[in-house]
Amino acid sequence: MGPLFNANDEWSFVIALVIGIAFGFILESAGFSSSRKLAGVFYGYDFVVLQVFFTAAITAAIGLLFFEYFGWIDLSAIWINKFYVGSAILGGGLMGLGFIIGGFCPGTSACASAIGKIDAMLFLGGFIIGVIIFDLFYPLYKPFYKASSMGASMIYDVLGMNKYVFLLLFVIVAILSFVGTAYIQQRVSKKTKKY
Amino acid sequence: MEDIKIQKPPKKYMNPYLAGVLLGIVILLSFYFTREGLGASGAFKRVVAKVEQTIVPSHLESENSAFHHYVTDGKDPLKNRLVYMIVGVFIGGFISGAINRRLKLKLEHSPKITSKKRAIAALIGGALFGLGSAFGRGCTSGAGLDGMAVLATSGFVVVAMIFGAGYVFAWFFRKLWI
Repeated sequence: MGPLFNANDEWSFVIALVIGIAFGFILESAGFSSSRKLAGVFYGYDFVVLQVFFTAAITAAIGLLFFEYFGWIDLSAIWINKFYVGSAILGGGLMGLGFIIGGFCPGTSACASAIGKIDAMLFLGGFIIGVIIFDLFYPLYKPFYKASSMGASMIYDVLGMNKYVFLLLFVIVAILSFVGTAYIQQRVSKKTKKY
Repeated sequence: MEDIKIQKPPKKYMNPYLAGVLLGIVILLSFYFTREGLGASGAFKRVVAKVEQTIVPSHLESENSAFHHYVTDGKDPLKNRLVYMIVGVFIGGFISGAINRRLKLKLEHSPKITSKKRAIAALIGGALFGLGSAFGRGCTSGAGLDGMAVLATSGFVVVAMIFGAGYVFAWFFRKLWI
């Protein structure tokens, strides 16, 4: 039964390399190597980010629950990122701001750098500077960073729902967002110049 | 298309829903094999830790560094699956770019702004994203996508904040894009 290896196992390194190749290949193929395409999600002219992102999330979530149902994976053994309320909210907000100014996120900037996008290389340079700044002044906000932990909190527990019901709702919301954004994109694209 | 082109134009992008399903399967396999999902920011944090280890080891090894657990018990910060994964992302991106004729050294920007303006924005945006992903304990992939795949609260909150802040600030920075 999965997970087959621990994340620190050397086999995981080899598998991570292969998974990274697939990850980078898919991102580039879908157009995530263009900041102007990525930024489209915020201006209504291209919703590819939302479409790929939510399709991937629901595919993986449904897959994990099926794997559990068939007894192929022990979901209690997989890694769940802990939820620190204040730090997660601030972090997400800063990432949103960074995205709208810089036009990338770390994964997409790596794959865009690989095909020669200079703006992506600069974004990565900036990213490293941001991480250095965070670490140099870490003592200032360490208490905040570690405050209000809810542990490995699950969204369906917080909402007081059965996990299968939550997943069904998540899928429905995702599909509605695909339909809605397709409509918006059609209307906005008539007005905005295509690039 | 008015002038004669020797090179063929780049191929079309993949259908986004097909790309999404494939990416979802990759996330699923990552959890199945390695217990953890995708990640991008972690590798760059480890590169920073490696540099700190060379220049300011006393800072990195103290409790004053957010990354001191990368080097406890004499561990090498770069000996981690996320570092291998990001190397893969570069390789995979390059392969797709080569197949689809998109390999080209260029600074992409809206025709309404200069290259210099785009360069500065990319640098500042990157720095803000770096700070954000440190606070958020992961980026769009490690905290957001993986978190949503396993139905973790942190994943949904981080994604809601990234998109929410993006839409809130979009109006202020519209001149960079449209």
